[in-house]
Amino acid sequence: MRRYALRFVALFYLAAILIAPLGIVFYRTFEDGFGAAWEALSAPDTIHAFKLTLIITAIAVPLNTVFGIICALAIVRKRFPGKGLLNAFIDLPLALSPVVVGLSLFLLYGRTGWFGGFFERHDIQVLFALPAMILATIFVSLPFVAREVVPTLREIGDEQEQAARTLGANGWQTFRRITLPSIRWAVIYGVILTTARCLGEYGAVAVVSGRIQGETETATLRVEERYDSFDLAGAYAIAIVLALIAISVLLLMTLVKPREGTT
Amino acid sequence: MEAPLASAVAVAAAGRPVRAHGERASTALSLGVITLYLSLIVMLPIAALVWASRSEGKQAFWDAVTSPQSVAALKLTVGAAFVVAVLNAVLGTVTAWVLVRDDFRGKSVINSIIDLPFALPTIVAGLTLLALYGPKSPIGIDIAFTRTAILAALMFVTLPFVVRTVQPVLTELDHEMEEAARSLGASELTTFRRVIFPNILPGILSGFALAFAKAVGEIGSLVIISGNLPYKTEVSSVFILGQIESGNPAGAAAVAVVLLVISFAILLVVGAIRHFTTRHDRA
Repeated sequence: MRRYALRFVALFYLAAILIAPLGIVFYRTFEDGFGAAWEALSAPDTIHAFKLTLIITAIAVPLNTVFGIICALAIVRKRFPGKGLLNAFIDLPLALSPVVVGLSLFLLYGRTGWFGGFFERHDIQVLFALPAMILATIFVSLPFVAREVVPTLREIGDEQEQAARTLGANGWQTFRRITLPSIRWAVIYGVILTTARCLGEYGAVAVVSGRIQGETETATLRVEERYDSFDLAGAYAIAIVLALIAISVLLLMTLVKPREGTT
Repeated sequence: MEAPLASAVAVAAAGRPVRAHGERASTALSLGVITLYLSLIVMLPIAALVWASRSEGKQAFWDAVTSPQSVAALKLTVGAAFVVAVLNAVLGTVTAWVLVRDDFRGKSVINSIIDLPFALPTIVAGLTLLALYGPKSPIGIDIAFTRTAILAALMFVTLPFVVRTVQPVLTELDHEMEEAARSLGASELTTFRRVIFPNILPGILSGFALAFAKAVGEIGSLVIISGNLPYKTEVSSVFILGQIESGNPAGAAAVAVVLLVISFAILLVVGAIRHFTTRHDRA
């Protein structure tokens, strides 16, 4: 009896918060037929917004992946002063409001900021342009790869690596032939999470982008713009595409996760 | 088998100064990369934020933080985040329990759906909740632009935290301890309270802290559904955004520093929990 009560509580909670709202969005989007949704999605500004989101993601994800692996290796395998600090500090982007991240970049690269003058003199537009949006996205998606790789590295230990080193492999060979194959699923999982975060970033990008339609408007900002312009069908249509991407990400995560244990 | 190998390796490594030198060089290189990257991406912007918040003096800083609208927003933010974190701790634990101990059709699907809030853009989450609980609600519940809507949105975006910190602990928990307690005459409730609960408590607390942090900083899911009415449904993140857009970056920075301090405090708490539990394991 108690078992069923608990099951009911858990499922009702998930249904009310998660499943039902998502279902209704799918229904609402196609309520007026596919035509309206298609029209919203094929608008030039919407296409540009999706392109921009993809460009930012394509730059931020590889950078954060390389950094995440280097960082995880340092945290687990190396000894240096301030390691504990780095281990705690790396999680800051997860605990910090994206708006605060955006504001920090705004203040650093704005006209009165430390770097603002320099870039203005050299006529390089950072704020309200692609560079600041990329920096903001890198910031908010920074820790995912490192966080996934650290526990895996701890678990596999370093005996195989040491064996490879005694047999004459150099650092890079050891990494490529021994370490990387054993952490690859953790890396892939981290990359998936990073990608999802980059595609969905709103708060930080909202501050530093200036939201210029057709120029610095990402897909998430476009959703809000459509909503504010009372184009609910348009907002839903873009939201659905983002939700479908999220669901694909989820499927990928489910496929990757069980393999973690077998590596 | 492993110990002699390790010591043999240690001897070999000690006998090769060139390799040790290479090791040091690679440590220096990776530390250099990490420091540079973190400085450029994280530390410099945050330093600029702290600097800007103090640029107009201490008094201006306090005036910005203690203005009635800012205080109202901060109170709402912290209050709502706390309520949501508590609800998460309870419902998340129940959900983790059901996912580990219960068995029913479609459980694996439910298990993967838990992560959806991590994958779904928060602005989509807000729009999603508005579709079901907004003015055009098909079930007649309209909570749009109220504080209840804020709670619902925060519940959505923080849903996975407690589940995902408690679930692995429950999965690995030794059944023998529970069976021993039961056979010694403990009731089901006592077994849970005295045996299971102490084991999952660190997980619940970490999940609680992470959910709290996420809820304090949340913006994407709130901009659409909360209505952003000052003194009523305006959270700190939205307040900061408003201050930036109305040309008061120093005021925005002051409130942002308060959020920054909260984030740091939470990281310290999570770090302490992690430290304590790993110690506990070794003992």
